Amino acid sequence: MIRSVFSDKTILWAFVGFAILSLIGTLLPNWVLNNAMFGLARGLAVLGLLLMWRTGLISFGHALYFGLGAYAVAMLEKFTGTTDIFLRLLAALIVAGGVGFVIGLVLRHYRGIFFAMLSLAFSMVLYGVLVKTEALGSTDGFSVSQTTFLGWRPSSKYPLFLSIIAICLLATIGVQLYLRSALGHLTTSVRDNEIRVEYLGYSVARAVHVKYVISCALAGVAGALIAMALGQVDPDSMVNWTVSGELVFITIMSGPGSVVAPFIGAITFEFLRTFAFEWAPHAWQLIVGGTLLGIIFFLPEGLWSLIRRLWTKKERRRDRYTSSAGARSA
Amino acid sequence: MQTALTILLDGLVYASYLFIVSVGLTIVFGVMKILNVAHGGFYAWGAYSAAYAIGLASELGFPDWFGFILIGLSSALVGVVLGLLIERAILRKLYEHEEVIIILATFGLFLILEDLILIVFGVNPYFAYQPMVFLGSVELGGIFRDVYSLTLVGLAALVALACWYALNRTKWGKILTTVIHDREISLAIGINVNAVFVWTFVASATLGALGGAYISPTVSVAPGIGIDVIVLSFAVVVIGGMGSIPGALIGALMVGVLRAVAVHKFPEFELFVIFAVMAAVLMVRPEGLFAPAKARRI
Amino acid sequence: MRDNMFGNGLRVVALGAVAGVTALASPSPADTSFKVAVVSFLTGPAAGPFGVPGRNGAELVIDAINGGTMPAPYETAGFGGLQLEAIFADESGGNAKQVAEYRNLVEKQGVDAVLGYISSGSCMSVAPVAEELQTLTVMSVCGTPRLFEGSDWNYTFRTQAHAVGDSVAAALYIRDQLGDVSSYSGINQNYAWGQDSWKFFDIAMQKLSPESRASDNPQFPKLFAGQYGTEISTLLLEDSELVHSSFWDGDIEAFVLQASVRGFFDKKKFISVAGASAIDNLGKRFPTGTVIGTRGEFGIIVRNQEGELNEWFINAYRERYGVYPLESSYQYAQSVLALKAAMDKAAAESGEVPNTDRIIGAMTGLDFVSIAGDVSFALGNGHQAIHPVSYGVTAWDDGKDEPTVVDVRVYPANCILPPAGQLSEDWLEAGMPGSDC
Repeated sequence: MIRSVFSDKTILWAFVGFAILSLIGTLLPNWVLNNAMFGLARGLAVLGLLLMWRTGLISFGHALYFGLGAYAVAMLEKFTGTTDIFLRLLAALIVAGGVGFVIGLVLRHYRGIFFAMLSLAFSMVLYGVLVKTEALGSTDGFSVSQTTFLGWRPSSKYPLFLSIIAICLLATIGVQLYLRSALGHLTTSVRDNEIRVEYLGYSVARAVHVKYVISCALAGVAGALIAMALGQVDPDSMVNWTVSGELVFITIMSGPGSVVAPFIGAITFEFLRTFAFEWAPHAWQLIVGGTLLGIIFFLPEGLWSLIRRLWTKKERRRDRYTSSAGARSA
Repeated sequence: MQTALTILLDGLVYASYLFIVSVGLTIVFGVMKILNVAHGGFYAWGAYSAAYAIGLASELGFPDWFGFILIGLSSALVGVVLGLLIERAILRKLYEHEEVIIILATFGLFLILEDLILIVFGVNPYFAYQPMVFLGSVELGGIFRDVYSLTLVGLAALVALACWYALNRTKWGKILTTVIHDREISLAIGINVNAVFVWTFVASATLGALGGAYISPTVSVAPGIGIDVIVLSFAVVVIGGMGSIPGALIGALMVGVLRAVAVHKFPEFELFVIFAVMAAVLMVRPEGLFAPAKARRI
Repeated sequence: MRDNMFGNGLRVVALGAVAGVTALASPSPADTSFKVAVVSFLTGPAAGPFGVPGRNGAELVIDAINGGTMPAPYETAGFGGLQLEAIFADESGGNAKQVAEYRNLVEKQGVDAVLGYISSGSCMSVAPVAEELQTLTVMSVCGTPRLFEGSDWNYTFRTQAHAVGDSVAAALYIRDQLGDVSSYSGINQNYAWGQDSWKFFDIAMQKLSPESRASDNPQFPKLFAGQYGTEISTLLLEDSELVHSSFWDGDIEAFVLQASVRGFFDKKKFISVAGASAIDNLGKRFPTGTVIGTRGEFGIIVRNQEGELNEWFINAYRERYGVYPLESSYQYAQSVLALKAAMDKAAAESGEVPNTDRIIGAMTGLDFVSIAGDVSFALGNGHQAIHPVSYGVTAWDDGKDEPTVVDVRVYPANCILPPAGQLSEDWLEAGMPGSDC
């Protein structure tokens, strides 16, 4: 089993990459570590969106799950005083996954623009509730205390950083294995011709539902991790529709090519933002918007294709939306 | 009774505002099948340019009524310039892409328009109260209302009437209806679909800008003004049925009145109720309450 | 081959790391300067009325102290012998962004202390991070008492008295000056400051004017909503005689403009707890006869008050920025003066260059002189300042052709604020025992 997992090159290199990153982490100054944590966590949510995108679905409401995960951490602390990382992640996972499952029952029948709009509506319902309810922190949100590990309270951010890396690695491997499975392969087929898949005897709605719940859980965990790394949750930067737009933007920017692309895209995004705020605070959205248009026009396969083009000139480009590594080793 | 009347009037005023803003969005969706997030940018640009012009005119000593002319001028200017620029330079090249990718492109445009506002108009809020003060107030249902907000209802009616007339009584309307139903057939029978797209988009952008420009005297025109508006108009358009003008009217009325009831009676539900209705409509009737008749192709 | 791809990702991070290390290592002019980030709204609806005047107030006083041109008692140059190097940062973007920005200021830009913050939301979210990063943070404007009630911060100070003082002084002024008010309602922003302001005003009114009746439908629009048509209708429909508002940024200006067209101020008495900035910005459009406070002895209320420091401040500010200093200018200046007083004291006590711990030691429980009154860190274990709060009524000064405030009453700190160790809400509910007016 283990051998078969590591025979997948994407997984192997993800493992090596994350291992190197965790070593480098000990040398990094705090602000770099912070940005890397934000980037990796956001990358998790993007990984979930990538999963949906492979089926041709784009959710304009994933801030719902991102926010649910973040607020699960904050509310858990508010009501029970719990700051333990495992309980926090579990809470986020249950809340985001549970809500995702229920909403998924409806959303799995929707495609294209209706899928996007309905997910937007659901996320704005949560936003509307949070902003107007004093008990839920209204526009202020809540502070989130430092994370503890089974009672141990580390003095540096490094343990949290390591945990985030471990979670990202697990998620990457999981999603990659899923994409290689029969159910996962349905993804591309659904995108290409849904009716044909139905004729093969598969329930498309169920395949979409499974994917949706996975991506919701990933977004929830991402929100929880950001809340822990940042120490604050609030509706405008975690639940509003602009957050969903931001996540979709990173997905497009990263490209659908590989399960590690979201992390590279999200980390790039985080550092870009930090420097943009410092040097050109009024031009940040301009940069994002311009990049988005530039990518749609000139780099439809995202940053990943750029990386691939630079380093694998010999290799022929494969079919647009298949995971090259996954397909090859399968 | 008095409360009911007040709620109704508040709802009507808000609905009129929503209708003016949303109608352009729904037209573009109907004709071009584009859900245009950048519409919020047109709204914000309309609001800023009108507020700026009105403030300038007031400093230069123009009379207060001149503000109304400036509102018209600035929304036309914003609509034509930005509409032409964006349709010609960007959207035209994207028509072959998937619809979600086009939404994303308009999202990118929205972000760019937002920051251009900061760069052009600066970061401080603008107040262009002169037209509102000029029209004064009137007592209705026991409380005073500013006449300016009431004229919003008239403007919305005018816009609705104009749209109805243009679609049903002019040659342009016939062409537009054909394009809405089937783009390929329209091409085949010699309709210049490109031209239809350009002018539809410009008209829609102008309406978006008009919404912002006309509302600007009654609000503080501040950065981020387009962010809330665009999701609200999404809600309106989706509730009524994307692409339907009567749908936008019904959607705006529903959202407007619901919000007024919420603010008066259950303030905590102000935003919740709008999006809950949006989700409910999408779940029960995804095509919206007033989906336009469609020539379905399989 | 894919290793290279990964290598690239890592290279980005590594490059960032190198840049970071150099940024951290780049020498600040060593021991002669003290780097402080001054945070205020530089964009958005709160920039014009609060953020920019606040920033300017800090800048003016910092430059004067660095150059040794302040009047007594701050005539010595420098802060405990150090030159203060200020960098100005924007407070807009929400709490989560502020927390991220705070981390950047401390960990990337390497500031020694952070000063400022206008929104209660910013203060509440930044304080725990200040503790985590062990960085001295002096808060200037925010008002929610929750900041120090229920939490003991070591690194955070606040030079502005909290919202209870504003609310109790408001209720006192209404009782003293307006007499019987049969009923009252409110319009406040739906976040910490607005919620607290209404809550405390409501309790204080019940205690001080028990025959007065509160509305059962006070309005809480979203912060920076900018459009209040429906809310104004709701308030106009009610029979409440008085309307309370703690609006403070561009929102107060928008509300006043929209409400005055509808005859709101002819029908209702209006008390604005923190909206004085709008008086200068709106001029004659701001209704006269409005009860107004500046949350202390700040801004328009002390514009004609004598005193060397106050006169110097008003003149120097007008000379440099061309307008009158607003309340936030005073509030930010007050924070700078607290820092100056504490750093001077720390340097005098230890004979060494002040560091964070020594400054905290010196600032805890400190009494110092502000621009137009005295301040002392009496609450929150010596971290929360108290000072008098004034209210007055807006009027138009025909002689100078500018707005002014008349019938000013000053309520001393120990009259309007709970004694040390008591929670505000308990103290209010108990009928404000020990209040010395």
